[in-house]
Amino acid sequence: MTDSEDILGTIAAWLPAEGAVALATVVQTWGSSPRPAGSQMAITRGGRMAGSVSGGCIEGAVADAAQETLRSGIPQTLAFGVTNERAWEVGLACGGQVKVFVERVGEPVAAAP
Amino acid sequence: MTPDILRAVLAARTAGRAIVLATRLADGFQLILPESDAQQAVLDAAAIALSRDESTAVELGGQAWFMQVYAPPYRLIVVGAVHIAQALVPLAAALGYAVTVVDPRRSFNSPERFPGVVRAGAWPDEAMDELKPDARTAVVTLTHDPKLDDPALDRALRSPAFFIGSLGSRRTHAQRLERLGALGHSPATLARVRGPVGLAIGAVSAAEIALSIVAEVVAVRRGAAIAAR
Repeated sequence: MTDSEDILGTIAAWLPAEGAVALATVVQTWGSSPRPAGSQMAITRGGRMAGSVSGGCIEGAVADAAQETLRSGIPQTLAFGVTNERAWEVGLACGGQVKVFVERVGEPVAAAP
Repeated sequence: MTPDILRAVLAARTAGRAIVLATRLADGFQLILPESDAQQAVLDAAAIALSRDESTAVELGGQAWFMQVYAPPYRLIVVGAVHIAQALVPLAAALGYAVTVVDPRRSFNSPERFPGVVRAGAWPDEAMDELKPDARTAVVTLTHDPKLDDPALDRALRSPAFFIGSLGSRRTHAQRLERLGALGHSPATLARVRGPVGLAIGAVSAAEIALSIVAEVVAVRRGAAIAAR
C-alpha cells in the first residue's frame, strides 16, 4: 500500500478485541469510479468502519455483505454498477462499475459439525 | 486472510520491502510474493504488478486473482527546517509520504520545531548521500541559502528522484540554475528543478505555500496536466 490509509494496520489493532474483522478490497473498476483497485475498507461485527471502496455510495451494501462473510468465513466478490441489477438498489452515482472482494481476517471459521 | 498473512504483510512494510499479496477470488486463498512458491503464471503476474506499482486483477488458468501491491511509502526530503517546512511536513505526512527534514542548523532543525519527525543534521550533500533518493522520492529545498540548497539540488539531480523543487523567486532561481550548471549539469538536467516550487494558487501564508508545494508533488506523481511547466 502506497497510500496513507493504513487499513491493514487498523485491522491488526482491532483484531485482538474483535477476533475477526472483514476486509473489503476494490479489485476491478470500469469507467469512472471514485476509488482505484486496491482501495480498502475494514468492517467489524459492531459496524465500525475504516477506509472506503467508493465515494460513499456502496459502503453500506458492502458493510452488509461483510457481516455475512464475518459469520461464514466465506469470501464474496460483489459487483456494483450500471450493468448490474443491484445498480438500482445501490448504484454508483458516477456511472462507473466496481468489483469488491470481501474476506474475513482472522483465524478460520471452524467447520460446522 | 489469516492472522499469519496479515502479520507477514505488516512485517514487510515495517522492513520497507515491496510485496504482492495474491488472492484467488473464488476461495480467498492467498500467497505473499515473491517470497512464496507459486505457479510461474502467478509469479509473473505479481512481478508485473510490482514493477508497475499498481494493484490489479488478473485471470490465470481460468481463475480470477487479485494482485495487491504493498510498497513502502513515497518519500519527501525537505531541505531547510524553516517555517514553511513546519507547515509542509504534516501536510505531506497526511498524504502518506515518509518525510525527512534535512538541516545542519540545530536551532532550526530541532525536535521542538519538528516533534516526532525524522531529522537529519548532516550537511545536505552528506545527508542526501545517506538518504539515496530513488524514483519514489521527492526533494524540496526551502532554505533560500545557496550553501545549503545547492549541494542538496546537486545530489538530487544525480538521483532518479521523481520530483525536485526549490523555493525562491524567479530571479534567484535563474541564478541557482547558473550555479548548478557550473557544477556540470546540462540544461536538460537542470530543467528537472521546479522553481519556484509550488502550483500557482496565489499562496501567501506558510501553510498556503506548503499546500502549493504538496499539490505540485501530487500532480507530478499522478501525471496531471497541471504539472506541466
